[in-house]
Amino acid sequence: MARFMMRRTLYAIVTLFILSLTIFAVVRLTGDPVTLLAEPGARAEDLDRVRAEWGLDRPWPVQYVAFARNILTGQLGKSFNYEMPVSTLYFQRLPNSLELALAATLISFFIGIPAGIISAVRVNSAWDNFGKTVALLGLSVPGFWLGLVMILIFSVWLHWLPTSGQGGWQHLIMPSLALGWYFAASLLRLTRSSMLEVLRSEYVKLARLKGLPGYVVLAVHAFKNAMIPVLTLAGVNLVVMINAAVIIEVIFAWPGIGRLLYEGIFQRDFPLVQGVVMEAGIMIVMINLIIDLLYAYIDPRIRLTK
Amino acid sequence: MVSTIEETRASPVPIGARDFASVPRRWTSLARQLPILPLAILVPFILLALFANWIAPYDPTEPIPGAKIFEPPFWMQGGSSRALLGTDFQARDLFSRLLFGARVSLIVGVMGTIVAGSIGTALGILSGYLGGWVDQVIMRVTDAWLALPALVFAIFLATMIGPSMWNIVVILGLVYWTRYARVIRGEVLSLREREFVKLAEIAGGSRARVIFRHILPNVLNSTMVLASLTIGVVIIAEASLSFLGVGVPPPEPAWGSMLADGRSMLMVGDWWLTVFPGLGILLVVLATQLLGDWLRVRLDPQLRNM
Repeated sequence: MARFMMRRTLYAIVTLFILSLTIFAVVRLTGDPVTLLAEPGARAEDLDRVRAEWGLDRPWPVQYVAFARNILTGQLGKSFNYEMPVSTLYFQRLPNSLELALAATLISFFIGIPAGIISAVRVNSAWDNFGKTVALLGLSVPGFWLGLVMILIFSVWLHWLPTSGQGGWQHLIMPSLALGWYFAASLLRLTRSSMLEVLRSEYVKLARLKGLPGYVVLAVHAFKNAMIPVLTLAGVNLVVMINAAVIIEVIFAWPGIGRLLYEGIFQRDFPLVQGVVMEAGIMIVMINLIIDLLYAYIDPRIRLTK
Repeated sequence: MVSTIEETRASPVPIGARDFASVPRRWTSLARQLPILPLAILVPFILLALFANWIAPYDPTEPIPGAKIFEPPFWMQGGSSRALLGTDFQARDLFSRLLFGARVSLIVGVMGTIVAGSIGTALGILSGYLGGWVDQVIMRVTDAWLALPALVFAIFLATMIGPSMWNIVVILGLVYWTRYARVIRGEVLSLREREFVKLAEIAGGSRARVIFRHILPNVLNSTMVLASLTIGVVIIAEASLSFLGVGVPPPEPAWGSMLADGRSMLMVGDWWLTVFPGLGILLVVLATQLLGDWLRVRLDPQLRNM
């Protein structure tokens, strides 16, 4: 167990190292980041001053060490525009993004899990076809377009819901639906296939043979085990939603992390963009590590075979 | 006994090829097997995109002479047959812009998928077949790049590299190859141990020969299946980037940037600027998903539930 944990943690560190190297390289290989920072048509001496201020005139290895130190101290560099450490900005926005992501997760649960279970229990029935259609639409309808259409219908035409901003639960309905839409489809698919697999297993057959009523077999025996991969996916999805809800947050003027990234793009604030991307990577590597370790703790087969 | 040796020596025929070969050569039965709905959506879109220069009534980047801005579609009050689906904020013809936008979406979708598939398949084969440190390096990079949410990674690259249609193709290729590499590597790991590969090696076939003659043909099915899953995702990713202003730069028409342009007028109810480009994305992605489902059943029955 200890060796497994050590190896997994080491992999996570290597992953983060490569990630930081990638981000560092992309920023410097794709042109002079100073031209991104400075106004178009800035004078050469101004560019040099900015370059010196940001340490961009130093050799690359020195720059990388500074960059890595910034990550390790949890600062992630200073935003050009806000003149604050990126991590401060990131954690300021985190609660807002978390609120939206949790609401979207709830919605994806309410749509995806029941529909997935019904689809699996009644394979190839009308219910199953309905579930497949929902899954297909979830993958085909872009969430941000769904958001725009909802604004049109429920805000502009019907005046039922506020168009944007953060506030009461009314503000949360449309953005969380638009965000949770895609993830509902992926949960539906996974719930269906996971449930199908469990229903085919020996222990469920035994439970049926014992003469337990169908709903007990489903709710107690099958459901619990089928939910393990589904909850794992939901955990990863939550972290992805926190970090990648860029367009939804822009459309609904939601002051979260996605919007911070968008502001970074528009204010040509490359330290901010770079920092937010790195932070997103860190969060996802961490959640994956935690899930791996939890799995190994629960299921000895994992830690013994790998 | 002889026949088993024969079988193990030659590369097995890809499943899909055998399926097609067994189809009776009659047009009626072939027609019945074709995916009617996705083709009925995709073929017109492809034709419209191909012949946009001839079909589009106006230049998509120039205002219609004498037209007003925000003219509604022809069937609404204030609309005219001059601009069938209305005009945008620069009095440009929405219909013409939609046609040229279809071209952008399809080119980026197909080319981005090809770039991602080529990089991913090549690196997946190298990683799986060569093993050792090559495998370690490729897989650690794959892990690291997979850790970032695709959209966040794409936004980061687009911000740094700069917007243009062909840059977006490269960027989306760089973002999505990792999914191929993982799957293909796994396949190669098991193929490597199969008899026909061992025999080819014993017979003195060079590494390149084994890879191109024996490994590559047997992973192409998986590449195709993955491609069918990727293409819709890539189209939505391009629309997202263009929506955020880091995709295809204006005045070039792209469905994503058209949605962004129409956003301000959504609040006063000018729905056509938002609804039509979104419907375009929805229909094309839906059709590629359905086509992918059909392809998956043909090429790899095991992946049917993916």
